[in-house]
Amino acid sequence: MVCFAEDRCRVKTDLKTSEYEAVIGLEVHVELSTASKMFCGCRNEFGGEPNTHVCPICLGMPGSLPVINAKAVEYLCKAGFALGCAVAPHSKFDRKNYFYPDMPKNYQISQYDMPLTTGGTVTLPSGKSVRLNRIHLEEDTGKNLHHGGSMTGSEYTLIDYNRAGVPLMEIVSEPDIASSEEAEAYLAELKAVLSYIGVSDVKMHEGSLRCDANVSIRPQGSSALGTKTEVKNMNSFRSVGRAVKHEIERQRACLEAGERIVQETRGWDEGRGLTYSMRSKEQAHDYRYFPEPDLVPMALDAATLAAWRAQLPELPDAKRKRIVAEFGLPEYDVAVLTAERPDADFFEAVAAQCGDAKLAANWLMGDVRRALQAAELTLAQSPMTPAQLGDLIIMVKRGAITGKAAKEVCDVLVVDGRDPRSIVDERGLSAVTDRNAIADIVDKAIAANQKSVDAYRGGKVNAFDFIVGQVMKESRGKANVEIVRTLLKERLG
Amino acid sequence: MSEVPIDIAHIAKLARIALTESESAAFSAQFSRLFDFIAELQALDVEHVPATAQVIPIFNVMRDDTIRESLDRAFALRNAPDVEGPYFKVPRILE
Amino acid sequence: MLTGHDIRDRIARRESTAVEAVQAALAAAAAAEPTLKAYLTLTPERALARAAEIDARLARGEACGILAGVPVAVKDLFCTEGVKTTSGSKILANFVPPYSATVVSRLEAAGAVIIGKTNMDEFAMGSSCENSAFFPTRNPWDPERVPGGSSGGSASTVGARSVPIALGTDTGGSIREPASFCNVVGVKPTYGRVSRYGIIAFASSLDQAGPLTVDVRDAADTLEAIAGHDPMDSTSVDTPVPHYAAALREDLRGVRIGIVQEFEASIAGDAKMAALYKAAYAELSRLGASLVPVSLAHAKYGLATYYLIAPAECSSNLARYDGARYGVRVDGDGDVYQMFEQTRAAGFGAEVKRRIILGTYALCSGYYDAYYVRAQKVRTLMKKDFDDAFAVCDVIACPAVSCPPFVLGAKADPVAMYLMDYFTIPMSLAGIPALSVPAGYVDGLPVGLQIAAPAFEEARMLGVAYAYEQATRFAWSASPKIGVA
Ligand SMILES: [Mg+2]
Ligand SMILES: [Zn+2]
Repeated sequence: MVCFAEDRCRVKTDLKTSEYEAVIGLEVHVELSTASKMFCGCRNEFGGEPNTHVCPICLGMPGSLPVINAKAVEYLCKAGFALGCAVAPHSKFDRKNYFYPDMPKNYQISQYDMPLTTGGTVTLPSGKSVRLNRIHLEEDTGKNLHHGGSMTGSEYTLIDYNRAGVPLMEIVSEPDIASSEEAEAYLAELKAVLSYIGVSDVKMHEGSLRCDANVSIRPQGSSALGTKTEVKNMNSFRSVGRAVKHEIERQRACLEAGERIVQETRGWDEGRGLTYSMRSKEQAHDYRYFPEPDLVPMALDAATLAAWRAQLPELPDAKRKRIVAEFGLPEYDVAVLTAERPDADFFEAVAAQCGDAKLAANWLMGDVRRALQAAELTLAQSPMTPAQLGDLIIMVKRGAITGKAAKEVCDVLVVDGRDPRSIVDERGLSAVTDRNAIADIVDKAIAANQKSVDAYRGGKVNAFDFIVGQVMKESRGKANVEIVRTLLKERLG
Repeated sequence: MSEVPIDIAHIAKLARIALTESESAAFSAQFSRLFDFIAELQALDVEHVPATAQVIPIFNVMRDDTIRESLDRAFALRNAPDVEGPYFKVPRILE
Repeated sequence: MLTGHDIRDRIARRESTAVEAVQAALAAAAAAEPTLKAYLTLTPERALARAAEIDARLARGEACGILAGVPVAVKDLFCTEGVKTTSGSKILANFVPPYSATVVSRLEAAGAVIIGKTNMDEFAMGSSCENSAFFPTRNPWDPERVPGGSSGGSASTVGARSVPIALGTDTGGSIREPASFCNVVGVKPTYGRVSRYGIIAFASSLDQAGPLTVDVRDAADTLEAIAGHDPMDSTSVDTPVPHYAAALREDLRGVRIGIVQEFEASIAGDAKMAALYKAAYAELSRLGASLVPVSLAHAKYGLATYYLIAPAECSSNLARYDGARYGVRVDGDGDVYQMFEQTRAAGFGAEVKRRIILGTYALCSGYYDAYYVRAQKVRTLMKKDFDDAFAVCDVIACPAVSCPPFVLGAKADPVAMYLMDYFTIPMSLAGIPALSVPAGYVDGLPVGLQIAAPAFEEARMLGVAYAYEQATRFAWSASPKIGVA
């Protein structure tokens, strides 16, 4: 199923002493943000009082039967389209049979040989594309709480089935990833695409995105696959990167010490920063997949699929390319501005409002970001609207307020989210443009700084700016600096 | 009587049933008689015959994504052999 | 004892009340129970309260449905909200469902009053009711003999005329075989005709619920009450439910009835049984039907096919009984898996364990294609046999069973027991409707005639059965040893 083109084998890797190369495939589970669960009407919601979002169906009670949530199928297909997958006209659900206490029926309704989508690619910022093997739909499990902390140490286990039956899509990549950096970039791009199309809130810390890594290494350029290990329990993109990096190094050390790598599941210990063997005594794994007899097959018609495809918004990669081309902004800035869809939408709205994308970008990445950090807010949390920021930028452009005053307004704006004019007025920040008023200040400044005046006349050019600074200071930064300069020039000849 | 290829101990592990020696012995004897019948299937040529998983020819049976009231927790937990607070309680999991 | 439609009509005419009918049924059941042991739970208070409700509503002139005031019993695998539901298993000995099966709600919406939950082979696996984890049920025609199974309690209590109507389920013959053994009418509807929601599953692609009744008219009315699309069951088909009673007919002129050559060959070995069925076919043609020979070439593979597919599905369906969320738990004073293994070892009976092991094996990697997939392909061939047969006939008439009811313990060998479903399994695998109607007696013991029809042609099948029943009246021509005549 997995093929390796020769060129793809010659990938750079993490390894310092690079006689080995890494071969990494990621299995990503993403919870879909439907209103109800995959096969029952219970609320699909993170958290909630334990065992309150449960019913006979998601508790696997005798006699209960599943019914497919159409929205989950739609969401998965949309993700498939967004990632360039082929959506299967015919698909079905199967039962994956194994016993685990957080799985109410002791089988998981999943998809085996007829997944909803196959193929597809995720394109990394580097331009490298990682092939997808498949995306299939399944149901999530409940949560085990291991009393007494560690699994092995615990006396007993408590179970909350609120999460049991939440719609889950499993995105399986081909082993095209060659480094921990690529692994993190892959996840970031996946998150961006999925959040753009709005099928999941992709919060790894809330478990709505979970990632397992299949890692193996082999001699540079070799086309044979090494023995792989499956690494689990990473809780952030960063820790996926760290875990993969560590596992590659561990395997290299093994091989260099002449040991062989055991095919096994390994857990990532965030605290100790290493992976450990999770091999349990319960090795009898044979999932005994067979077609789910309580459900009928799916045959999605072309019209429905076309309609879903048509509903897709502009995707991150396309948006980035367009903005770079349209506004001539640097790629890095655009990448930052469009990482999350809400931010991208905000940027485009501000740019539209003030008619100057460059300024909009500078503000968002400069003063706005600084003000948000100071206020410990994210752009999403701030009450500031794109229109308000746009207006502020316009006021600066028109010279209605000075850049210095604008910074002060911005600080208030990100917290209050009011019309910037009202902030300017109540703080008396509007720029002074009355020539006479400014002339008075200029004359005072000349009188008060005779030394600098002489120095300037004596050819010390930067003394001029010093006097301008004095005038601005005197005007509490509100004097229109252009007028100040002209008046000063007139006077100093 | 047919040779029964079943490794009953292994299967019982997969099925999570602690079988007694005598049960296992009895089962393999009984299976061997049943496999006399099952062996007849192997004789049939079904290479080009499609498999029937469902006898009803219907597709795309789905529900709208609407929330239905969940069980009151008291009812969810009422049949549980052991609970602690709002949770179902089971013996520890050894990994 | 009256039929369900008699009771309904008398209540409607104010000659009796629902409470009286339910009291009579409870009394009859109580009188027969020491010998028959047909019930796992009787619910007199609940029943009398519901009966009083019906009487009150009738008094207010409200319409209460096609079964208004009729006492009924349901097999103990139909979930009944607030009433213990065990599926005949120790592992669910204390399970009280928080919800009711769709068919239970529909039965009650039609005005029927449930007086109790009937005994059954554990998880519907068996043909004699001897696999009940609690006690065996007896045959009203001879308490030394089995009532058949798995719906044995339902067949026995209707056979004894304690209630006119009971619900059972049929996976490979679990309604038709006990109906034959207890001289009652038993109907297995088309797969997808009746909702499975709330019915404790044995084999999901085969299970169907249906009525066991005194006569065909009651079967028609009961099926009308419970049939129809249910959004809670993805495999329930959305086609209109006819008024089946309107299809009941007195004669069979113009009806082509298929006689299965392979079945005739296998029954020929038993002179008495062969003679009984010859007489039945003769009666059908006397009523105007034309008999046409048909072939079910793959029927002989039915047993093998069924005993791969049904156990495979049951091995997965019964995985949920692990002692974690409901039912009985046995702690293995170790980790959770020991608890699972001890709970299932103690909670399941021998036949259930046997089928779980067999089914788990059939699904294992390396054997899946050779067993499960191959069985599904033979299932396709079997379905085709019926399609071809129904091209030349309207219904099929054939034996329901190979023998009259046997004495308890007579079929100690599981495979001998499995063979009891030889004539009923092919219809189950094909998903088509089939029923058993009383067809006379062998050595004073009842035997049923099986009538099968194409998918969703229950009306046609019931029409033929009614003509035969009215002409022969075997349901009334003799009385069981136990129960009201
Ligand atoms: Mg998965
Ligand atoms: Zn639920």
